[in-house]
Amino acid sequence: MEPALISPASATIFGIPANIIYILIPLIGIGTFAYIIFRRLTPLLKAAPDDRFNRIPERIRSVLKIWLGQWRHPRYMLPGVVHIFLFAGFLIVGARSTQLMFIGFVDGFQLPGFSGSFGAFYNVLKDYATTWILIAVAIAAVRRAIFKPARYAVPPQYGKDHTWEALLVLGLIAALVISESLFEASLVAAQTHKGLHAEYTAPVTLVWFFKHLLSGSSLAALQGVHSVSYFIHEITFFFFLCFLPMGKHFHVIISIFNVFFMRLDRGNVKPVRYGIDDDKLDDLESFGVKVFEDFTWKHMLDFYTCVDCGRCSDHCPANAAGRPLSPRFISIKGRDYAFKHYPWIGSNGGPSKPLIGDIYSEDEIWSCTTCGACEQECPVTIEYIDKMVDLRRGMVDEGLVPQSLQKPLSALEKRGNPWGKMEKKRADWTKDLAEETPVKILEKGKTAATLYFVDSISSFDDRMQAIARATARILNAAGIDFGILGKAEKDSGHEVRRFGEEMLFQDLKDQNTDAILNSGVENIVTADPHAYNALNKDYSGLPPVEHISQTIVRNVKAGKIRLKPVADTGKTYVYHDPCYLGRHNSLYDDPRAAVDTIPGLNRVEMAGNCRDRSFCCGGGGLMLFYEPEEEQRMGVIRVEMAKKAGADVIVTACPFCLVNIEDAIKVAGLEGEMEAIDLCELIEQHLIIED
Amino acid sequence: MEILVCVKRVPDTAENEIEVAGDGSDIERDDLVYSVNEWDNYAVEEAIQIVDKVGGSVTVISVGDEEAEEVVRREMAMGANHGILLSDDAFEGSDGKGIATLLKAAVDKGNYDLILTGALADDGAGQIGGMLAAMLDVPYASVVNSIETLDDKKLKVGREIEGGNQEMSEIDLPCVLSIQTGINEPRYVGIRGIRKVASVEIPVWGAADLGLAADSMGAAGARVKRLDYFLPELGEGAEILEGSMEEVAEKLIDLLKAKGGIK
Amino acid sequence: MTGQVFAYIRHKEGKADDSAQELAVAAGKIFPDASPTAIVSGAGSDLDAVCSEVAAAYKEVWKFDNEALAYPNAEAIRKLLVNVLPQDAVVLVAHDTFGMDLSPGLSIKLDSVFISDVVAFDGLEGDTLKVIRQEFSGQVSTHSSCDISAGAVINIRPGVFQVEESGAAADGQVVDKSGDIPDLTVGRRFLEVVEAEVGDVDITKEDVLVSVGRGIEDEDNIEIADELAEAMGAVVSCSRPIVDAKWLEKSRQVGTSGQTVKPKVYLALGISGSFQHLGGLKGNPYIVAVNKNPKAPIFQVADVGVVQDLLEFVPVLTEKIQESK
Repeated sequence: MEPALISPASATIFGIPANIIYILIPLIGIGTFAYIIFRRLTPLLKAAPDDRFNRIPERIRSVLKIWLGQWRHPRYMLPGVVHIFLFAGFLIVGARSTQLMFIGFVDGFQLPGFSGSFGAFYNVLKDYATTWILIAVAIAAVRRAIFKPARYAVPPQYGKDHTWEALLVLGLIAALVISESLFEASLVAAQTHKGLHAEYTAPVTLVWFFKHLLSGSSLAALQGVHSVSYFIHEITFFFFLCFLPMGKHFHVIISIFNVFFMRLDRGNVKPVRYGIDDDKLDDLESFGVKVFEDFTWKHMLDFYTCVDCGRCSDHCPANAAGRPLSPRFISIKGRDYAFKHYPWIGSNGGPSKPLIGDIYSEDEIWSCTTCGACEQECPVTIEYIDKMVDLRRGMVDEGLVPQSLQKPLSALEKRGNPWGKMEKKRADWTKDLAEETPVKILEKGKTAATLYFVDSISSFDDRMQAIARATARILNAAGIDFGILGKAEKDSGHEVRRFGEEMLFQDLKDQNTDAILNSGVENIVTADPHAYNALNKDYSGLPPVEHISQTIVRNVKAGKIRLKPVADTGKTYVYHDPCYLGRHNSLYDDPRAAVDTIPGLNRVEMAGNCRDRSFCCGGGGLMLFYEPEEEQRMGVIRVEMAKKAGADVIVTACPFCLVNIEDAIKVAGLEGEMEAIDLCELIEQHLIIED
Repeated sequence: MEILVCVKRVPDTAENEIEVAGDGSDIERDDLVYSVNEWDNYAVEEAIQIVDKVGGSVTVISVGDEEAEEVVRREMAMGANHGILLSDDAFEGSDGKGIATLLKAAVDKGNYDLILTGALADDGAGQIGGMLAAMLDVPYASVVNSIETLDDKKLKVGREIEGGNQEMSEIDLPCVLSIQTGINEPRYVGIRGIRKVASVEIPVWGAADLGLAADSMGAAGARVKRLDYFLPELGEGAEILEGSMEEVAEKLIDLLKAKGGIK
Repeated sequence: MTGQVFAYIRHKEGKADDSAQELAVAAGKIFPDASPTAIVSGAGSDLDAVCSEVAAAYKEVWKFDNEALAYPNAEAIRKLLVNVLPQDAVVLVAHDTFGMDLSPGLSIKLDSVFISDVVAFDGLEGDTLKVIRQEFSGQVSTHSSCDISAGAVINIRPGVFQVEESGAAADGQVVDKSGDIPDLTVGRRFLEVVEAEVGDVDITKEDVLVSVGRGIEDEDNIEIADELAEAMGAVVSCSRPIVDAKWLEKSRQVGTSGQTVKPKVYLALGISGSFQHLGGLKGNPYIVAVNKNPKAPIFQVADVGVVQDLLEFVPVLTEKIQESK
C-alpha cells in the first residue's frame, strides 16, 4: 500500500538519497558521542582506586529507589514532581527515539515486540509522555527564566550565570518532542487527507493538537513538515546526545552509574587510600588529595554527575552562615577543572597543579562541619564529606593548617585533649559527685559491665562537665554498673580524623582501643554523639556502643528510671537533632522518646528543619577552635528557627550543640527568652531518686 | 644562603601550671610536656621561607640531652635540611655564655651566612643570640619581625620596638638575628611528617668534637648560677570585693565614682 | 667590688625615659656606696636637654654627641661603650627592646657577666651579686647569683625600682666625652622607624580605660566591654592576645610592644597581668581587676579585685551604672 507521505528513508535531499544522510547522522553522532565519552573517561583511568563493586544487591536496591524511584526529588516538591515527569517521559520516549533513528534508513522500521497490541499501547503512552514532557519543560523554563529560584543563582565569585545552559537544554527537549509530534501528526493528517487508515493519536496530546492544526494543510505542505521535522529531530537528537557530556546534563546518562556506585554507609570516612591498610599508611608517599588526579574515580564521576541544582548548597549551614563554602561549586568547579584539563577535543592539559590555591581555597575546605546535609539532599548521591576529608588530608600533609587549629592539634598529640589540660585532671569532674554518686575509675584492676566514654569536652569544659555529671547520675539511678577510663581516656579523635590528621587519629584510636579492651567492659555508653560515631564507625573490635538516649528510653520502659512530671509546665521544648545522632546515625526517635518520657512536657518540632533536615549548630571538636570567615553564626540561625517554632527551651543531645547554642542565644540577644539544656540534664532534673 | 637556626626544647607553659619541686632546686617536671620553644619555631619557618626563595639550606642545632633530639627532628620534619645536636655531660649547668660558647664552636665548624635564634625562651633571658653575634664578631639584631633579602651581602630587617612601631635597618651578612613571634605563620608538622624523618641521621657533637676547654662550659665555667626556684610570697594585693554580683557591682561603682572612673 | 657603676640612659625627643631614674634607684640599692655615672648618647640640642634632666639624678653624666648616634643604634652604641668604659665596669641597662639588643653582646665584648631582666636584688657579698629573676612567662621566680669581679652588664626590668618622690637631687655634672667617640661604622645601619597605624582612638590620651584580655573569650563578647565603656565614658583597650587574634586594632594594645598609657582608672577584664602588659601601664592608676581565676597575677597589682567571670559580671555592672545615672 502506498504510504501517505514519502518517508525519510525513501526521500532525497537535494538529490542525495536521504537514507545515506540518515545513516551518516547517527554514525557521526554516536561515533562523536563515543569519542567524547572515551575522552571524559581519561582522568578516571588515572584516578585513585575506589571500592564500589561490593554489596551488589544493596546497590541494585539503591538504583531502583533513588534513580528509578526518584526518591529524593520530592524533597523540593514542585521541581521534584516536574523532574519525575520529565524523567519518566524520557524513559518512555526512549524506545520511540530509537525507532526514529532506524526509520531514517529502514522504511517502516518497528522495534522487536512493538508491532502488535503492545505497540499500540506504547504509542498511546508515548503520545501522553511527549505531551507531559513539553508541559514540564514549559514549567521549568518559566521557573528558570522568570521566577529564577535563588538556589540556581551563581554568586559572582563562581563565574557567570548558568541559566542559558538550562534554557538551551529545555529548548532542545522541546524541539525534540515538538519535531517528533509534528513528524507523526503530519503523517496522520496526510493519511486522513488521502482517505487512508490514519494512525491513532491519543486525545488531548501534542500530536493530537498538531494533527488538528494541520488538518487543513495541503499534501505538499504536509510533506514539507514531515521531512523537515524528521531532519530537525535527528539533528537535534544527536546534537543533544553529544551535548549531554558537556555540562550538567551529563547526569542524564551517568546518574544511574553514580547511584549504583553510591556511598552505602553514613558517618564513616573513607580510608586514606583504598587497598592500603592502616598499618601500611606510613609507606604512602603522599596523603590526601593535592592534585585532581588524587581523587578517586568515583569522586571524579561525582563531579561529572552534578546536576547544578543547588539543593546541597541550599541546605549547607556553612553556606547559610556566609562562609566561603558552597558544596554545589565544589562539584561544579571540579567538573570544570576536568573539562578544562581533559577536554573532549584537543590535547590533555599539562602537569597538574595543586587544587588548593587554584580552584579551591583553604578556608573553603576548612569551613565544612561535615554535617552531611548536602549528601542527604543530593538527588544523584554525590558525596562531599569524603572529598573534604581528603582535601584536608592533603593540606595537613603539606603543612597548610590554619594557626588556630595547630595549637589544639599539638595539644591533642601531647595531652590527648585539644585544650592541652593535664591527663590526670580528666576525671576531676567526678569530684563534685563524690558522695552521692561515686564514679568508678577503671584502672588498677577495677572493672565494670559498662564503660561511660566521656570524651574531652565533657571531661574538661566547665559547663559541659554538667552533662557528664548528669549522665553519671542517670546511669546510677538506673542501677547500671559503670565506670570511666579516667586519665587513660584520650580524645576519641573524631574531628582529628575529619580534619585530615589521620595519623594522629590512628594514634588516639589505638590508645583508646587498648584502654577499652583492657578495662574488660561488655558495652559502652556515651552522651557525646561525636564519640558515639567515632566508636561505632571509625573504631573496630570494640564492645557494642549506644547513646545515652537509648539507655534512658530502655530503662524508663523497664521501670528502672522513673521521672517526675515536668517542672515548668509553661515552657515549650524543642529538640534539636545533632548531626552525628540524626543524619549520620539515623537516631531520630530515641532522643525524642527520651524527652517525651517526662510527663506533661510540651514539645514542638522545627517543621521543615528537623530530623534529616536538621540545621547544624556550628560543628564540634576541632571546629570549635577554627576561626571561620562568616557573616553570622550557624548557631544563631538555628536558635532563630527554634524561636519561630514557638519554643523557649532547646533540648540538645550533644555537648558541642549545647556550647554553640548557648553561645548563640547570647549573641542573638535572646537571653531570658530562650534557653538551652542537654537531654541528660533535663532527665536528671526530673529523676525520682529513692532515698 | 646557608642558615643555622638555634632551637631549644622547653616545657609547654600554656596549660601547664609550673610548680616548684619540694626543695626548690627545680620545678616539678613529672607532668610536663615539652616541645620546641615557640620563638625558635618561628625562626625555623622563616629560614625555610628564605631558602625557598633564594636557595641554600637550613640547619637546626640544639644544645641539650638526648631528648632534645626530638625537637631537632621535628624541625627537620618541618623542612630543615640538616640537624645537629650538641650533647655532653660536660655541658650540664652551662650559663648563657656557656651555651653561646658551645654554639660558637659549632658555627666555626660550618660556613653559615645567617644565624637565627628565638627572641626569648623559657628562662626569659633572650641573651644567646646577642652573645653569639659578639663572639663571632658579626652584626646582630634582636626581636626581628621582618626579613627581606636585599642581595647576598645584606638584609633589610624590621625590629619590633615600643609603641607597636617597627625599626627598619640594613644589616650585613653574615649576621645573627633573634626572631619575634608573629613574623610568619609556621606550617603544621603532623605525626606523619615526624615519622618520615624518624630515621634521618642527626650527628651528636660532644666536648671533644667542639675542641673546647673544660672551664669554658658546664657548671664549671658558669659565672651566673641559678640558686633555686620559688614562688614569691603574695603581697596584700587587691582588695577582693565580696557579695553577690549586684552587691559587688554597687560597691565597685562607688569606688569608681570616687576615683573619677565614671563620667 | 671594684668596677665603676654606669647606667645607660634612654631618651626620646629631648626627654629622658622613666627608666633613667629607675636605674639610679637600682644602682643605689646594689651599690649604696658607689655613685653611678649616667651615659647619654645622641646628637644636638635634644641631647643637651636630656643631660640636664639626668643630672638631677646622677652625680656625673657623660655626654656623647655625634650625628651617628642621633638614632640609638645598639650596634653603634655597643662599639662606643666598649671603647669608653673602664675595665670591670658594671653597667645597668633598662630591659626594653634596646636593652635586649645591646646588652648580651656588650657583656661578651667587655668580657664581663650578663644578667637579664632582673626584677629585684637580693644582696651583694664580696663579688657575688644575688638577684631575683622570673622564668616560664613569670610563673616562677628564681634566685640567681653571679660573679661580678670582672664587671657586669645588668638589665633591669622597667618599673620594678620605683622612684621615691622625695629623693634628693644629685645636682650632677655633665661631662662632654664626645672626643672619645671611636669610628662608629658598624654592620647594621638604621633606615627608619615605621610607625604603627594610628587607629580611630588614641588610648594614650584617655583617663579611663576598660581593657580586655583573653578572658573575653570571643570576638563577639567585646561588645560587653564596649557597653561598659560607653556607660562609664571610657574607651576600650586590650592586651596582646586580642590584637594577635585580630579582634581589635594594634592601636588598642596596652603593653611593652603596644602603647604606653597613663590613665587615672584602669579596668583589667579577663587580663592575667603579665609584665609585658603591665609594662605599658604607667603613672599610678587605680586598677580594678575582674578575673575568674583568683590566682591571676593581676590581683597582685590591682587595687580592687572581683573574682567572677567577666562575661557574667560586666553586664551586671553596666546595667547598674546605667541605673545610677
